[in-house]
Amino acid sequence: MSSFTLPEPAARRATRRGSRPGRRSSATPLAEKAIEWSLLACGLVSILTTLGILAVLLVEAVGFFEQVSLADFLGDTEWTPLFADKHFGIWPLVAGTFLTTGIATLVAVPFGLLAAIYLSEFAPQRARRVLKPALEVLAGVPTIVYGYFALVVVTPMLQEVFPSLAGFNALSAGLVMGIMIIPMVSSLSEDALHAVPMALREASWGLGAGRLVTIFKVVLPAAMSGIVASIILAVSRAVGETMIVAIAAGQQPRLTLDPTVPVETMTSYIVQVSMGDTPTGTLEYRTIFAVGVTLFALTLLMNVLSRRFVKRFRYGASR
Amino acid sequence: MTLATSAPSAAPATEPRPKLMTHGLEAWFGDNRVLKGVDMPIPAHRVTAIIGPSGCGKSTFIRCLNRMHEMVPGARMAGRVELDGQDVYGPDIDPVLLRRRVGMVFQKPNPFPTMSIRDNVLAGMKLSRRKLGKSEAEGVVESALRGAALWDEVKDQLKKPGMDLSGGQQQRLCIARSIAVEPDVLLMDEPCSALDPIATARIEDLLHELKARYTIAIVTHNMQQAARVSDQTAFFLSGELVELAETNTIFTSPGDRRTEDYITGKFG
Amino acid sequence: MSVGVPEIRDGASIRRRGRNLGERAFVALSLLAIAIPLLILVGLVAHTLSDALGRIDWDFIVGYPSRRASAAGILPALVGSLWLIGLTALIALPLGVGAAVWLEEYGGRSRLAGFIEVNIANLAGVPSIIYGLLGLGLFVRFLGLDRSVLAGALTLSLLVMPIVIMATREALRTVPGHLREAAAALGATRWQVIRQVVLPMSLPGILTGSILSISRAIGETAPLIVVGALTYMTFLPQDPGDPFTALPIQIYNWVSRPQEAFLVNAAAGIMVLLVTMLTLNSAAILLRNRLQRRIRR
Repeated sequence: MSSFTLPEPAARRATRRGSRPGRRSSATPLAEKAIEWSLLACGLVSILTTLGILAVLLVEAVGFFEQVSLADFLGDTEWTPLFADKHFGIWPLVAGTFLTTGIATLVAVPFGLLAAIYLSEFAPQRARRVLKPALEVLAGVPTIVYGYFALVVVTPMLQEVFPSLAGFNALSAGLVMGIMIIPMVSSLSEDALHAVPMALREASWGLGAGRLVTIFKVVLPAAMSGIVASIILAVSRAVGETMIVAIAAGQQPRLTLDPTVPVETMTSYIVQVSMGDTPTGTLEYRTIFAVGVTLFALTLLMNVLSRRFVKRFRYGASR
Repeated sequence: MTLATSAPSAAPATEPRPKLMTHGLEAWFGDNRVLKGVDMPIPAHRVTAIIGPSGCGKSTFIRCLNRMHEMVPGARMAGRVELDGQDVYGPDIDPVLLRRRVGMVFQKPNPFPTMSIRDNVLAGMKLSRRKLGKSEAEGVVESALRGAALWDEVKDQLKKPGMDLSGGQQQRLCIARSIAVEPDVLLMDEPCSALDPIATARIEDLLHELKARYTIAIVTHNMQQAARVSDQTAFFLSGELVELAETNTIFTSPGDRRTEDYITGKFG
Repeated sequence: MSVGVPEIRDGASIRRRGRNLGERAFVALSLLAIAIPLLILVGLVAHTLSDALGRIDWDFIVGYPSRRASAAGILPALVGSLWLIGLTALIALPLGVGAAVWLEEYGGRSRLAGFIEVNIANLAGVPSIIYGLLGLGLFVRFLGLDRSVLAGALTLSLLVMPIVIMATREALRTVPGHLREAAAALGATRWQVIRQVVLPMSLPGILTGSILSISRAIGETAPLIVVGALTYMTFLPQDPGDPFTALPIQIYNWVSRPQEAFLVNAAAGIMVLLVTMLTLNSAAILLRNRLQRRIRR
């Protein structure tokens, strides 16, 4: 703040135009406006990005749907666009995504919720200051590293317990994804629990309810919309996850709920095609945009839903 | 610590054992000592008012009576608190069970937002996992709401959310919720300070009826309220009990100079 | 309600019934819920480290990829990643900070500001591979940038921009309103207030947020695959129009090979990646602490 310099008063500024050589202050109204508009332009980039995403996805997807009917896309149960006998049913990819996401959610929700309850209701301040950032580290590890873990460490370990487990499977990928998204559940849930007013806990204790009963019957219900928001957000993240499944879950589109066999998700299909030599402009090339549109729509829906729930708990679910 | 009584009729020696009794009660928040050794009886079936300036320790005092004080991180206490002669801080005492016998009504009404009026009244039962048959539950709801002088106003709307009521009604709902558990003692921490005068008056009337069944201790910063509702009044200052006497006496001829100064408004 | 004779009730016992095992067990369980994932992470990293340590040497870092696992090196990937984060920083930081400044200092509660905010919130949640598709369609094909490091950097810039914006806004908000008012009362224009009061004060937070965002970009793989990073490159990029590869891409390439030796390479690559990220993150935190101390003076 030692660099703060006092600007010249407005009166002097107005008469100074052009009379002082070499000393152009940035205080002229035109310069101010120009600065404001360039900053606004920076902000508009975000709108352009959204438009860009929509444009790219829709243009190519429209091209795709000119050749493949929506009925096929939603009705066929096989996805083999790169084979000779082509099928374009999206469901195997959706099933793969659903399977891995489901496993991840089953891991992340119990761990995340328990962690959130501990941090909010039991942890002393010092513990909270250490443990909360520690959990965030889980989210900061690059997903390619998690993918490597899933393939090279987790799968062999699981194969000792389940010998019939394939080298590529949904289970390892799902478990590792689950660990990655724990902080999303725990952080937002903890915020929601923390936001429940102390007065409610005191009312419950005052009636002769123990700590656990108070947490489960008073605090948790009051924080429920925030907790639901955190879960939806975590699911959305898992749906959009690419590298963990691309490395460890396999590349065989399959309409199945079996976690021990290779599957393919929407995201890993896009990777598969991008790694190959599919020429641009072909139908096969356009499939990645059709899948992309589906993925985008799904995650957008979930993010919007999650934010609705957050609004409910932030602005007084209790009326 | 001084316990000054100004008239012989205030001496508790000829009465049965007080419902609650403290011996040398001290309390801290961290290193900050807020109660400095309080010996005070709270007689059964009477209303005891506790008055004093902000920060004198009166809220902390009653929170030590039902072991709510220890729920604050860093808080601790020393001394004895006896309920019917039994030390409530004894090693084999469960504070949860204690709080079912010594209930509390708080300054700001705090009905549970996710529950209806009926469920709020029954909350104490549900939270302590006491099972009630349907008709028994209805009976509890009605008698608790009657006891809190709220029944006639809400008897047709028991399913409505508790938060839909006015401030004064919410506070009476909280009182109903507390008495549904059938405590012996009702502790009230400035229960009317967030309410308008009409709602306040209704609750004050209620206290006259409640003391027949419960022992009541009420913390208030409003001296006129203390004079209106209580049988005996305790004046706290800087964590000490300065004077305890019959309400009439303390407000007409207080024994201690400090009491007199507070009551006449020399400080507050 | 009738008054009647006061009831003398024999109070229910307040003696403890049984020991309070339930609560203590629950606390133990929830501590486990925190400890187990962290321990798993530590275990996985240790496992990878032990695989990697035997492999990492100077030749590995300055070598080029090879069909023979033992001769393979990571230099093009490392240089590619450095190119990428350099260009991404140049593009994303000014745009992101600029947008944040506009939102905090000029936009106020206008509908335009609200609309931009909704956009940013949505963009922050878009999967990274979608950004890859955007980059492919817009930068690689429509703008004709082809599979160049510039296209990759532009794609990554769009990806990290929402994070830069959010971090910068947080930093700007830490400047108390009364300081802005004091400066304005002295006759300063809005931009002068921002440039001379707000930005210097929020600089530590902005820098930290920026470095952390860039550090995140280093680990991004999916968008780069879609945009066309090469997986086998035997030369270094010389200018923004050149093809490129990156650390995570190289790691992915090695992981995809069945031979054990390549998996060891992948472990080594992961170590290089993690060390790079750790260095950047520590630098960010150190920088913030030093700058914050100077401001508190």
